Amino acid sequence: MLIKEIKVGMASCGLAAGAKDVYNAFHDALPETVKLTKTACIGFCYAEPMVETIDDEGVSRFYGYLSSKDAEAFAKHEPPKKKLIISQKEDAPGNKKLARQVRIATRNSGLIDPDKIDQYVARDGYTAFKKVCTQMDRQAVIDEVKNSGLRGRGGAGFSTGLKWQFAKDAPGDKKYIICNADEGDPGAFMDRNLLESDPHAVLEGMAICAFAVGADEGYIYCRAEYPLAVRRLNKAISDAMDKGYLGDNIFGSTFSLHLKVKLGAGAFVCGEETALIASIEGKRGMPRLRPPFPAQSGLWEKPTNINNVETYANIAWIINNGAEAYAAYGVGKSRGTKVFALAGKVKESGLVEVPMGTTLREIIFDIGGGIKNDRPFKAVQLGGPSGGCVPEHLLDTPVDYESIAEIGAIMGSGGMVVMDDTTCMINIASFFLNFTQNESCGKCTFCRIGTKRMLEILQRIQAGKGVLEDIEKLEELAEQIINSSLCGLGKTAPNPVLSTLRYFKDEYLAHINEKRCPAYVCRDLVSYEINEEACTGCTLCARKCPVKAIEGEAKKPHRIDQDICISCGACYEVCRFNAVIRK
Amino acid sequence: MNNEILKVIKKYEGKKGSAIPILQEVQEIEGYISKDTIRDITEHTGIPSAELYGIVTFYSMFRLKPQGRHIIRVCKGTACHVSGADNIASMLNTVLKLPEGESTTEDGRFTLVEVACLGCCSLAPVIMVNEDTYGKVESDKLKKILDKYE
Repeated sequence: MLIKEIKVGMASCGLAAGAKDVYNAFHDALPETVKLTKTACIGFCYAEPMVETIDDEGVSRFYGYLSSKDAEAFAKHEPPKKKLIISQKEDAPGNKKLARQVRIATRNSGLIDPDKIDQYVARDGYTAFKKVCTQMDRQAVIDEVKNSGLRGRGGAGFSTGLKWQFAKDAPGDKKYIICNADEGDPGAFMDRNLLESDPHAVLEGMAICAFAVGADEGYIYCRAEYPLAVRRLNKAISDAMDKGYLGDNIFGSTFSLHLKVKLGAGAFVCGEETALIASIEGKRGMPRLRPPFPAQSGLWEKPTNINNVETYANIAWIINNGAEAYAAYGVGKSRGTKVFALAGKVKESGLVEVPMGTTLREIIFDIGGGIKNDRPFKAVQLGGPSGGCVPEHLLDTPVDYESIAEIGAIMGSGGMVVMDDTTCMINIASFFLNFTQNESCGKCTFCRIGTKRMLEILQRIQAGKGVLEDIEKLEELAEQIINSSLCGLGKTAPNPVLSTLRYFKDEYLAHINEKRCPAYVCRDLVSYEINEEACTGCTLCARKCPVKAIEGEAKKPHRIDQDICISCGACYEVCRFNAVIRK
Repeated sequence: MNNEILKVIKKYEGKKGSAIPILQEVQEIEGYISKDTIRDITEHTGIPSAELYGIVTFYSMFRLKPQGRHIIRVCKGTACHVSGADNIASMLNTVLKLPEGESTTEDGRFTLVEVACLGCCSLAPVIMVNEDTYGKVESDKLKKILDKYE
């Protein structure tokens, strides 16, 4: 086998894992006969840094867990077999994982260089937009999107075609489109990856939408925390302008479109569409009452259509392949595919795109490879701060908007954080509530103060000072916050508490009645000591202690200073002699 | 008044919705938003200071205090949280010896901030120093990372 081309994965995950060093080492080591290029992310984040090789027969292979030391082997055309992840020819551990996926939104991710518009065009890029612009009627485009069954991938799941219809039907000469790239859910990174890996797919989707609703100006509202995505988006926009896919009189038609990237300034609530609009207008990002919906009166009080990154990324595929082809995937009212960001205590974390209706078990165990260190599964958190924790007995639930809502979680934008027996569910509930409490914009009293009071109760329970009535109080406050908040942030803020109360009440009771944290997480309910007889004085725990609470000379028994100890458990985790006692 | 700041304000003259981009770019130049800067922006744009303060205190990216030479961002996203981000934050506090209630070291070398999610969840726990991202961070390796930044 002779390697002809090597593509290095250079999205944020890859770069953080050291892809730049790998690229440089390859650059120095490879002979001139091997072409070295860059790509972004194919979603196998756990194996980063990764490269794809194309051999002289055109066979593609992906290798993972690479370091700069591996460059020599590739230069000799003998890549390490142990590090083979996916192969078109022979068996490889990742083959099955990839075969279970249907890649529509992520069709180009990790396969093309996101900075090269020609590579996007070579894979049918901008053909859908051309077709729409030159052959289709505006209503026909909307009908196609409606028939595909595509629903908002930002989480709320409203019909995309219908949303476009409202914007098209709204009276007015000036209309706007917006791409919501303010991916704020902690634990979700689908949008970042799409923007970094295939920005043109998002731009093409936006262009088709703008044509259909009759907008000539648009914004991509992107988090400032995603500098690479912003850089690639700006490059993509300027390349598309140069090639005539954006700008004035596109494809010789009367249709013109100008797109701009707008940087978010760090406010979770700006994921809500009316807050996002306020933020683009240069104001504090506070949601307002709907109606009027943005489709009637949005940005600068003009009709505005807002969709999420992933929603737009699906559009060109739907136009090219037809609504039926898209709707052929999925179940019930949830058609097509969904991208999930699989993370937490799962072996093979990363991005996966699966048909709607795939079960949680399939995603976590078949695609994600199960739980890290083969520990017991405890829960999977879906939908971020607005979502809920799903316990083991519901793992066979199909992932679609309706089934997920039924079990007390939400589809959300696609974050899936897996938890094992070392995660305390009260700690998780309080983690999310702390987040929403911080991010509440303060407009609605119940959201502003209610979340704070709920958080205080949870913290009391974690400190071992909880009483049984606290559970009732939590439920009562939750109901009031849900009923009395204006926007999605407040209406869903209590969900993490309600879902953990529903499925993990025994953990609440253990904290309250027995003053015990079953996962040994809540710091006030757990303590650590060193058994001097078992301690060999290897000093490992002292080095790992984040607060320097462990003292002792080498080869002599160590001691934990209880006044300094924060009960984090780091010493317990690392001790190889079972000398740290946990109580 | 700083000429660069004036340039930024001029750039956005007459454009609607420019308060946030002006503040973002001014912060890029000065590292934070000072009282004087707010007054200058008001003077040249007519945007009331109260409105500017409203924006600055609403969005988490704006700072009203000078920051250190290097910014350490500790990711507090869900995946990092379940992978021990709290311990990383505790360790950083110990190593940096931050004064009570302050986020910048006395020598002005580092500013420590917690962020909601850096979107590198598969590498949890994650920290960022300036533009560099570090994944699978272990508490005892932090010092080595920080040593790279003077």
